Order: sequence, then structure tokens, then C-alpha cells
Amino acid sequence: MKMTIRNSALMAVTVAALGGCAGGNMGTAQQAAYDRDTADVMARSFRAQGIATLDRLQQDPLMATCSAPDRHLGDEQAEQIQAAAMAGIKWPSDGNFLGDWKEGEKLAQSGKGLTWKDKADGANGGNCYNCHRISKTEISYGTIGPSLYQYGKLHGNTEKTQKYVWAKIWNPNATMACSNMPRFGHSGILDEKQIRHIVALLLDPKSPVNAE
Amino acid sequence: MKSRKYAVCLGVSALALMVPTLPALADATSDGIAHYRELLAEGNPAELWEMRGEELWREARGPKKATLEQCDLGQGAGVVKGAFVTLPRYFADTKRVQDLESRLLTCMETLQGIPAAEVAATPFGKGEQENIEALVAWISAESRGMQFNVPTSHPEEKRMYEVGKRAFHFRGGPHDFGCVTCHGDDGKRIRLQDLPNLTQPADAARGFGAWPAYRVSSGELWSMQRRLNDCFRQQRFPYPLYGSDVTIALSTYLGVTANGAGESIAPAIKR
Amino acid sequence: MAGPMRIRAASNGTETEVKVLMSHEMETGQRKDPSGALIPAHHITELTATHNGRVVLSGQFGPAVSKNPYLQFRFKGGAKGDKVTVSWVDNKGDKRSDEVVVS
Repeated sequence: MKMTIRNSALMAVTVAALGGCAGGNMGTAQQAAYDRDTADVMARSFRAQGIATLDRLQQDPLMATCSAPDRHLGDEQAEQIQAAAMAGIKWPSDGNFLGDWKEGEKLAQSGKGLTWKDKADGANGGNCYNCHRISKTEISYGTIGPSLYQYGKLHGNTEKTQKYVWAKIWNPNATMACSNMPRFGHSGILDEKQIRHIVALLLDPKSPVNAE
Repeated sequence: MKSRKYAVCLGVSALALMVPTLPALADATSDGIAHYRELLAEGNPAELWEMRGEELWREARGPKKATLEQCDLGQGAGVVKGAFVTLPRYFADTKRVQDLESRLLTCMETLQGIPAAEVAATPFGKGEQENIEALVAWISAESRGMQFNVPTSHPEEKRMYEVGKRAFHFRGGPHDFGCVTCHGDDGKRIRLQDLPNLTQPADAARGFGAWPAYRVSSGELWSMQRRLNDCFRQQRFPYPLYGSDVTIALSTYLGVTANGAGESIAPAIKR
Repeated sequence: MAGPMRIRAASNGTETEVKVLMSHEMETGQRKDPSGALIPAHHITELTATHNGRVVLSGQFGPAVSKNPYLQFRFKGGAKGDKVTVSWVDNKGDKRSDEVVVS
């Protein structure tokens, strides 16, 4: 515990002194050299396989920011990231946020899609149970993300909640900068219809998430 | 009498198979899986690969009809004991940091005349790759119970550690995943699988120190190269080249993080 | 691949404990390959263990037993230096026999 406090204090000093460069007592020039080495190593260590082409290693500015080891986002930077992500969200074209929770459950169960073994047909899953507890009956759930069990019951199936959940799935960085969660809508992993189904899984009062 | 003994054995196997489906609660399921692993560890089939690996080390093979007994894994020519826990490390002859698999490629090429590039391009579990899997099983077993002591004294080792740390945190692909997504926090799980926090010494020793491992689900022996390859697949990244610098840098980062924090149990057994 | 078995046999004076790891595909005959074709069954059907030539265990194996099976059993008697032999036959008629000295 003591250790953590001391480290973050040290970090704060370094950030102030070096103008945003994170990391211990190494000089900025040395850090930058290792950053360049890393870019070289990434560039020469992979080959395309199936649909997994090399352009997948091109980070957008957001992921470049989120990939810094010992990352420490200031409030201002986090707010900027969140505002930019929020501004890019595409809301449902027909204004309807809720789909079929049964389809949502199927998507939540599926971890398929977009690996080099998968075809380009786009039958992607949402991977939700890999990281979240969702319905009561599925005990094989991960804990990387928070429990979503009874989400609708706790937060209400209001338009405000529907918009929040939609935004979270479209681009989770809109509410939490550098979230671990994929940008399902922004990155085209799931389409509008599929996102509606998952919103319904979480918010529909008849969904087992809320009914059980 | 004879049949009774046999029935007991089958009883144990059947129990092992049933455990994961029994408990109603997730924690009990986790415990059940831990118990299942304990039962499995008793008869780890990785030993079958170890036996073959030891033979392969001493067998004259390849165009040069030579053994690997003069291979230098970092502890001097032919020294196997203790080599695994000090890899990856810098090798002056190749002027690069190498992990166990890439070092074996070097030895196979220079000593036996087996072309390294061809072996690197061979699919896992086939041809010379199958032989490498046996070799890494035996070589890692020769360091069982020893603490990790991966060096960082050479500037290239230090550089690979720093590159590995950055590669570990590198998020990309359609899902924005990186190693850090699953292995950057304590006490997390994907589905029911416990995830070691590989940025912390004890978990890094537990995680990194378990590979190579026998995978019960596929009945295969996976080297660290294969483990990392499948991590990148699940990250939705392109295909990492066998023995490429990103894989070696990651192993350097994990190994150095694990230094002094735990014993190697490789080759372990995994579900 | 029918590689050699890994056998360990240890006597405590009254009983001998035998641990056997077998190298075998143990294909069930229920699985399909990526093209959808059934993979033919290939598994051990009979297993016999002898101590100095006397059968101490015999059993029938089937598709429910895992790939690379592990078997552990004890028999009464046996002393250091005795021989324990384990043999199996599979459904394709392949066979394998390996021997170990009791420690």
C-alpha cells in the first residue's frame, strides 16, 4: 500500500517535470527510443492471416494513448477523450433502442468473429459473458467487467438509461476513457440491430436479467 | 480383486470428468475446476513429450547427422539444467535475445543443418515443430522447481524487456485488445478461467512459469510460442511470426517480472 | 503415434503402486474433422498388466477414456527388482508393451 502511494507520488512529479511522459526515472530520450524500438518490433513480427490483416496494428490516436504502460490520464484528458467518443456515436436510425432480448442473449453468449480463423461473413458475437455476469442462469461468466445482473431493474428502463447503454456498447470510451471494452459500434463489430438486441437483454423487464 | 482395483481407477476418472458440471455456484465451480486440475496433475501426459525430448536431444539427426548435445542454451554448450529459467537471454553468436524455441532453431540449423526458416514456417504440432515441442517439454522439466532468473544486464536484454512491456500494453485490432486487457488486473476471470495479472511478480511466475504445458482439451503440448500465438489470435491481431521479436520481447518482460517470485512448474497441465 | 508408455512401479514392502501414462489418440469415433467428415474411432480396447508374468490387472478401454490416458493401480506383493509389464491392444489391432523394474 505504502509502495503504491509512493509510486503515484513519484509519477505525479515525473509528469510535471517531463510534461506528460509517464514512467519511472528513465529519460525522455531513452523512453522515446524504446517507443521507436517497439514500433519497429511490432512492424516486423506479424504477417497477415485470413481476415486478420496487418492494418489491424495501426492504432488510432485513442488506442495509442490508451496503450502507454503506467498510463495516467488526467481529468482533463479523460474528459476530452470521452467527449470526442460521445460526439462520434451513431444513435439508432429509427430512434428505437430496444430489440429482442432473446437474440441479445445469443449475442452475449457468442465470442465468435474477427480472428484469423474466422470468415469475413460478419457473424460476430458480443463476447459479453467473457467479462460480465448478465443473467442468473449462466454461471460461466467473467469478471473483467462489472456484473450486469438486474441492470434494468436497478437503473430503470428509461430513455436516459437506454441512451447510456447504447453509448456504452457503441463506444465505451464515451463514458470511461480507455475502457477495456471493445468499441462494438464504432469499430463495426456489431451492427445497429445487434446492439438493439443487447440493450434489450439488459433493460427489457421481461429479459431474464431483470425478471429473475 | 483385480476388477475392483480397476473399478476404483475408473471411478476417479469419472469423478474428474463430472466435477466441472456439478456445482451450482460460480465459486464452487472454480473450486471444482481447481480440484479437477489437481487430479489431472498426478498423471500429466507432458511426461510423454519429456521422454521423447530427451531422446531427440541425443539423437543424431538432420543433414549433418548431429545431436543437439553441443547446443548452448546460455549456460554453456550442452548444459540443460537451469537453462530454461534464464531464458530469454542475449546470445553473442546470433547477436540477439532468444527464447528457448528460437534458440533451438539456431542449434538445429547450425549443428544439425535443419533450416530454421522452414521449421519456423511449419504448423504447430507437425514435423519438426512436433520435435521442438518435445524438446521444450524436456528442457523446461530440467529446471523444474527452480526460481526464474531472466537476465537484464546486457543492453539488448534491457531493450527487449522495455519493448516487451510496451508490446504487452499495446492495444489494437478491431476489439482494442492487448495482453493487458485480460492480464493487467488482480483476481479477474474470463468466463470461468482465472487470469493471472502478468504485470505482478507472483502471478507472472505462476502464469509464465506454467508454459510449456499439456492441454487436456486438445491433447497437445503447447510451447510458450504457441501460447502467445493463440493469445494474439484471440486479441484479433494478425499472425505473429514464430520466434519473432515481439514474442521474445513479451517472454522477456514476463520472465523478468517473474524473477525470484516463484518456481518453474513447467511443463504444467492445463484444462 | 504409439510412442512408449511412461511406467513407474514402486513397492512399499507389502504393495506395489503402478502409474502408467499411455501415448494414444483415443479417438472416439464421434468427432468430425473441419470438412464435416467423421473421424474414425481409434482407441485402446484391452489393457493388461503383469507382475513377473502373472496378470495383476486386466481391463477394457473404450472411447470414454481420454487421449494419452493415465492409469494408477496397486497390487499386493511385488518387490524391488521385479518386473511389471503393461500391454495394450487397440481397435485397429495396433499393440504396445512396455516394461519397468519395480523400485
